[in-house]
Amino acid sequence: MAEFDKTQPILSVRDIKVHFQVSGGGAEWPWTPKKTLKAVDGVSFDLFAGETLGVVGESGCGKSTLSRAIINLVPATAGEIVWMGKDLLKGSARDWHAVRRDIQMIFQDPLASLNPRMTIAQIIAEPLKTHRPELSDEQVMERVRKMMTRVGLTEQQINRYPHEFSGGQCQRIGIARALILEPKLVICDEPVSALDVSIQAQIINLLKELQREMGLALIFIAHDLAVVKHISDRILVMYLGREMELARKSALYDRPSHPYTRALLSAIPVPDPARERNKTIELLGGDLPSPLNPPSGCVFRTRCPKAEARCAQEKPRLRELDAETQSSCLLA
Amino acid sequence: MQFTKAKKQALAESLANAADARTQGRSPWADARRRFLKNRAAVASVVILLLLAILVVAGPWVLPNDFDYTDTSNMGIAPTLEGWHLFGTDDNGRDLLVRTLVGGRVTFMVGLLGTLVSVVIGVTWGAVAGFFGGRIDGLMMRFVDVMYALPFMLFAILLMTFFGRSLTLMFVALGAISWLDMARIVRGQTLALKSKEFVEAAHAIGVSRRAIIFRHIVPNLLGIVVVYATVTIPGVILTESVLSFLGLGVQDPMTSWGVLVQDGSRQMDTAPWMLLIPAAFLSVTMYCANFVGDGLRDALDPKDR
Repeated sequence: MAEFDKTQPILSVRDIKVHFQVSGGGAEWPWTPKKTLKAVDGVSFDLFAGETLGVVGESGCGKSTLSRAIINLVPATAGEIVWMGKDLLKGSARDWHAVRRDIQMIFQDPLASLNPRMTIAQIIAEPLKTHRPELSDEQVMERVRKMMTRVGLTEQQINRYPHEFSGGQCQRIGIARALILEPKLVICDEPVSALDVSIQAQIINLLKELQREMGLALIFIAHDLAVVKHISDRILVMYLGREMELARKSALYDRPSHPYTRALLSAIPVPDPARERNKTIELLGGDLPSPLNPPSGCVFRTRCPKAEARCAQEKPRLRELDAETQSSCLLA
Repeated sequence: MQFTKAKKQALAESLANAADARTQGRSPWADARRRFLKNRAAVASVVILLLLAILVVAGPWVLPNDFDYTDTSNMGIAPTLEGWHLFGTDDNGRDLLVRTLVGGRVTFMVGLLGTLVSVVIGVTWGAVAGFFGGRIDGLMMRFVDVMYALPFMLFAILLMTFFGRSLTLMFVALGAISWLDMARIVRGQTLALKSKEFVEAAHAIGVSRRAIIFRHIVPNLLGIVVVYATVTIPGVILTESVLSFLGLGVQDPMTSWGVLVQDGSRQMDTAPWMLLIPAAFLSVTMYCANFVGDGLRDALDPKDR
């Protein structure tokens, strides 16, 4: 995957924030001030054509919210989303509609993301009918058939309904729906975490293959580091709505700069009993702090084995350590 | 060894058959129809309702008597074969068989139209309120609450006294209340549906909100709507009977089952058939509608395979 233009990102996310106003639960008056939940708090990254950016982090760290903010399923509170040189957050609804042709999404739960009352053909054709109304019915069906074959479904299944398919097949349908418009970027929100391990490999390989054929950029969200390692070029590590580390895959796995990344990597099981037995896992103490009331300074300091006094005072920003690694650890 | 071989062959054959026979998918509706047809009580009820409908529509044309002809020589006679007075006559000498059938037309029409109004307004109102949420939802549902708070009888009486008694007005009154429950139920379902991933996927694709409501949300509501509609039918019919019983419904000489029951109840000591026959028609219809509703609820539950 060397042919993409490395100088110009197709997507630049600058300091994006997604804050929700929430009531604190329990008995409350209507005039009780609402609390702010900072689901995503200042994330920036660039994405280049044909590249895969893996996003990892534990549950509730804002990975899914980040992906939904990029396609405006959740409105971003602040920041910039620059798509092909155009700031989408300042754009109108019409701009968004045009961009949706180029950015598609694959969802976590394969069956739930398909309307149970529509046939496979109707589901896969929906993006075409929405964005290419000039196509005749035959043209649409021809493209649907081609797409189905391409993702490994057979043409006979065209008039079936989602409940007649297995999880892996449903995810293939979801992929076909996302790719039929030939988008430039596909956001995959944990596309394999609901599938069997053997099926996971099939789906990942299918995605990689299609990415190569169509020159897609992928944002691949997962909490399984082994899966992310297999598919990504660069990896973004998130914790409590903030970036911890953004690095090339090889750099991240060989020399993780952030203590949180190190902890995550040490938890990957090694498929070698001898090494697995001798391995030490850097267990993190405690739980994820509430995003309603995040720790001061570095948000990771409450669980960080290396935390110092200044971690509580200074708010770290992502800074470049070398050409391949950006880290937000103050001590790195 | 031989046993397994035979078994293997049978399996291979059935698989091959299945492969070329099942290119057409089985829709959730086809599944539901199959399950519904297995429910004997529900199927029998559908048949009875259809027969009743045919009888009610065609009967008055075929029978020799008129529903509003007063035969002063035959007042209040018991059921007899003579002169086709199979159900007897009322105390004005009008043939009860024809009156029951004509009254059935009104009752069926009230049931169907009232339910239609409830489905059309209720589903649209509830789906829009639930889908948009927030302030729109609040306003729309508070309006429903206000309508609920109006005492229905008072509302009906006010309408009748201001605009005079008419059949149209009764439909208006029935329609005005029957959609409220439907709107609430649909709103609740919509709230649950709109957070489903397939609705999110439609948003991500860029499908318009209108298309999302009518292509993704409403079709998935239809199960519960169909079921609730069949429960609404007897409710509306009963309300019409109550209105007519109180003298607010249809006007003489036109009649409905509710009116006939009311008239019959005045003579139940001397002429019990005047009460029992229309009451029997009314109850059979309501039972059948309820059975159909039960059957549909079971059939449309996707968890039951």
